[in-house]
Amino acid sequence: MSHPSSPGHADDTLHVHQGSLRGYLTGFVLAAILTIIPFWLVMGHVFDSHWLTITLVLLLAIVQIFVHIVYFLHLDTHSEGGWNMMAFIFTIVLVVIVLGASIWVMYNENANMMPMSPQYQRSGDS
Amino acid sequence: MNSTAVDTAGSAPSTFLCHEEPPAHNGTLLGFWIYLMSDCFIFASLFACYAVLGTNDAGGPSAAQILDLPGLAVNTALLLLSSVTFGFAMLEMARQRKRAMLAWLAVAGLLAAGFVGLELHEFHDMIEAGAGPDRSAFLSSFFTLVGTHGLHVSVGILWLIVLMVQLGKFGLTEANIRRLQCLSMFWHFLDLVWVGVFSFVYLAGVLR
Repeated sequence: MSHPSSPGHADDTLHVHQGSLRGYLTGFVLAAILTIIPFWLVMGHVFDSHWLTITLVLLLAIVQIFVHIVYFLHLDTHSEGGWNMMAFIFTIVLVVIVLGASIWVMYNENANMMPMSPQYQRSGDS
Repeated sequence: MNSTAVDTAGSAPSTFLCHEEPPAHNGTLLGFWIYLMSDCFIFASLFACYAVLGTNDAGGPSAAQILDLPGLAVNTALLLLSSVTFGFAMLEMARQRKRAMLAWLAVAGLLAAGFVGLELHEFHDMIEAGAGPDRSAFLSSFFTLVGTHGLHVSVGILWLIVLMVQLGKFGLTEANIRRLQCLSMFWHFLDLVWVGVFSFVYLAGVLR
C-alpha cells in the first residue's frame, strides 16, 4: 500500500475474503443439485400441471441465485462496511418492482384489450 | 484526529494535512459491485420484456418447438464449471501461486469460450431454421436477452485474456489483484444471471 492505512478502513482488509475450497465446493454441489432438479422436472415431464412445474423451477432458481451470492460472490453483511448488502437489497427491491409490475400491467392490458381477429393478426406480420 | 490539532509550531509543513485524498481501500470493489447491480437492471428489463413477449410467436415457432434443452444442459454445466474453476484460481491467487492460478484461469476461460461457442452454434441453427430475431416478438426478446448475456461472457473472456497477459508480465501486484477480484465478481455474476436465463427463458419458456 502506498499510503498509510487510514483508521476508517483498517479492518476492511479482514473482510476481503476469497472464500475457501470448501466454500466453492459446497456452492458447486448445491448449484449442481439445484440445476439438475429443474431440468429433471421439465425434461422428465414429472408433473402434469405446467404451472406447478414452472413455479417449482422459478423457486429453485431463486434458491440457486442465493447459493451463488453466498458461496461464489461472498456477499455478507460485513463486506465493504455493509454497503454491498445495501446496494444489493436496493437492487432486489427495484428488480422485483420492474419484473412484477411489468408482468402485472401487461397481463391486464392483454386481458382487457379487445380481442384481435386471427386474420388481422396474420396480415400484420406477413 | 484530535492529537493532530495540538500541532504547535505551524512553521514545519503540517503532516496532518491531506494533500491527496487516498481512495478508500476497497473503493474499486464497491464501485464494481454497484456497476454489477446496475447491470442487474439491464437484465431485469430484458427479462420483463421476455416475460411479456415470450408467448407472442406470431404464428412462427414457439419456445417449446425451437429451444434445445439437452444443448442447454451442456451450456449450463460449462458455465457453472467455469465459475467454480475461476474460484479455484482466486484461491491460488490468495496463496501467491501464480502458475497454478494462471492454469485455473485458462481452464475457466476455455470453459466460458466453449459456452459462447455452443451458444453461437445454437443461434446459427435457429436462424438457419427461419427462427431469427426478426421472426416474432418472442424471438426478438429471446435473442436480445440471451445475446446480451452472451456478449457479457464474451467481453469477460476478452478481459480475462488481457488480465492473464498482465499477470504473466507483472505478477501479482496490488493493482492486478484488484482487477482480478473485479473480474471474479463479474464472472460469478454472469453465472448468476444465467441461472435466471435457463430457468425463466428456457425451462419455464417451453412450458408456457
